[in-house]
Amino acid sequence: MAETEKITIYAMGKAYKVPAGLTIMSALEYAGYQYIRGCGCRSGYCGGCATIYRREGDYKLYTDLACQTPAEDGMYLVQLPFVPANKSIYDLDKIEPMETTLVEHYPEIVKCVSCNTCTKACPQDLDVMYFIQAAKIGDFKEVAELSFDCIQCGLCAVRCPADIAHYHVAQLARRIYGKFINEKVEQLTKRLNEIEKGVYDKELNKLMKMNKAMLEKAYKKRKIEGTK
Amino acid sequence: MVDITLDQDKKDFIAEIEKLSGQKIMRCYQCGRCSAGCPLADYMDLLPNQVIKYVQLGLDKEVLECNTIWVCAACYRCSVVCPKDIDIARLMEALRLLILRDDIEKMDINKIKKEEYAELPQIALVASMRKYTS
Amino acid sequence: MEIAYYPGCTLRTSAKNFESSSIAVADHLGITFKELSQWNCCGTVYSLASDDLMKHLAPVRVLIRAQEDNKENGLDNKLVTLCSMCYNTVKMANHLVKNDEEKLDTINQFMDEEPDYEADVNVLHFLQLLDEIGIDRIKENTKKSLEVLNLACYYGCYLLRPEEASIDEEPEAPSIMERIMEAAGARTIDYPFKNECCGSYLTVTEKKYTAERTYKIISSVVNRGADAIVLSCPLCAFNLDRRQKQAKELHANMKSIPIFYFPQLLGLAFGINSNELGFNMHYVDPRPLLKEKRLIKR
Repeated sequence: MAETEKITIYAMGKAYKVPAGLTIMSALEYAGYQYIRGCGCRSGYCGGCATIYRREGDYKLYTDLACQTPAEDGMYLVQLPFVPANKSIYDLDKIEPMETTLVEHYPEIVKCVSCNTCTKACPQDLDVMYFIQAAKIGDFKEVAELSFDCIQCGLCAVRCPADIAHYHVAQLARRIYGKFINEKVEQLTKRLNEIEKGVYDKELNKLMKMNKAMLEKAYKKRKIEGTK
Repeated sequence: MVDITLDQDKKDFIAEIEKLSGQKIMRCYQCGRCSAGCPLADYMDLLPNQVIKYVQLGLDKEVLECNTIWVCAACYRCSVVCPKDIDIARLMEALRLLILRDDIEKMDINKIKKEEYAELPQIALVASMRKYTS
Repeated sequence: MEIAYYPGCTLRTSAKNFESSSIAVADHLGITFKELSQWNCCGTVYSLASDDLMKHLAPVRVLIRAQEDNKENGLDNKLVTLCSMCYNTVKMANHLVKNDEEKLDTINQFMDEEPDYEADVNVLHFLQLLDEIGIDRIKENTKKSLEVLNLACYYGCYLLRPEEASIDEEPEAPSIMERIMEAAGARTIDYPFKNECCGSYLTVTEKKYTAERTYKIISSVVNRGADAIVLSCPLCAFNLDRRQKQAKELHANMKSIPIFYFPQLLGLAFGINSNELGFNMHYVDPRPLLKEKRLIKR
């Protein structure tokens, strides 16, 4: 068997030789680190594996998802399992959406200096700075649309010089937009009512009693909308 | 013989303020036009010309404790009337920044009430946070 | 004529009537405001520290957007603003980078995701644009003279100071707003507070100070027979209008008067539908005065 090419990565300052071609996450696991927090779907959807790194000979700090980014020779890495960003506590049923609602819950957004560091930090390539600007003037639709693909990794908040928690602001905006502003979807309301009334309880109970093999079989046989 | 030269730390304070404000503070000859024109002087514990005198004397602790620098709304009234071309609005900003840059905030954004957020225009919130927080 | 236009935050919230009336008036005079394709808050106050480049990023980013949009749209490299504070911040940041190549370089390098700012945009206030178009054009377009109104033009600080930002050749004795309002037939008064501060952002932390400023300014113009104040700054408007409530609590004898944005009244003179002028957005309702003077119908 041919020898696999090896690269050197630095985890929190210590050098490790790992095979080339792995993601940052797999490379760190190869080096012996075990993920307890800071790892979820391994598919770039859950936003759990925020990572900060620098490349040898480059002054810039880069931000990415560990499960989506290839490890490169000479990477200096640190994982960010959690971001202790400010999060407003609210009861959505008691919120009256106004132009100032987002500022009221997250007043620090008016401290934005438009440096755009958040946008540069976003692994999803979102226009983070512009959705914060929209949040400032209470444009819920714009915030919801610009932040739609946010996976809540928190890297924007870590890099912000104004201590803004962009992803929490955007989540509140999307919730308000969904509840109060966006067009209601009839089928969804109907389905939610059915669930509340217990129409699907029997079927769900049946699923919960199945073993893995039975579940797999049922999954493969499931009906998919739009197919025969 | 009486030594009237300033201590080094006082000289350093004056130099720091002159650098941060870009103004030659020692030019002031206390004519008082800045204070006479100031629309908010009624609410200040030190008048603008007194603030300048304190800086000239290197009284850093005393001048940084005055409310004047926070009452100043940066309207430039003093700056345009100064016969010695000192932009006093910039001096006030430099004094504010000496405090704010120590990570001391002069406004608690969490204490603004819900009704106030509903009423206050963005322009007021942004401006006050720029002037009272770092 | 088409010109790049920067609205700013407050024109999208508490000063919507300032924007709608300005656009209607501009349109009436054949000027189309072309809103920047994307914009951010300018920061509202120009940073006065010699080393604080971070606070200049926002206005320079606005200027870059104007530069790029103007190239794409083939427009003269100008940018018009309505809000006095936006005007001042963007104008002063422009002045700074036009005269300090090193700071311009540092800012351009920091904003490596944007095209370089070439420091070539000309920042204007809407009042300057109106003055440029000419008093005659305003006179020609005036269908309903404002002669029944006695107005106090209020400039506040940021249209006139510092000198580099002044929209009037004589910042200590300005007359540009008077010229424009008089062209629409209005009478104007002279009074001592027209270029003095309203208390500005102290309205957040020291409501009383702005209420006292409001009392002084309003008493002064009322004593000189003004029916209303006209201005161009959403923060002055907030203080002089909404803070009349607190001013009255301190001085029960104070007479209330309405506060207008200058394009609202120009709009009336031009015969623009009052729905577009937003007279329903004021704290002190201006409609009784306008009805009494027969400028709007019942």
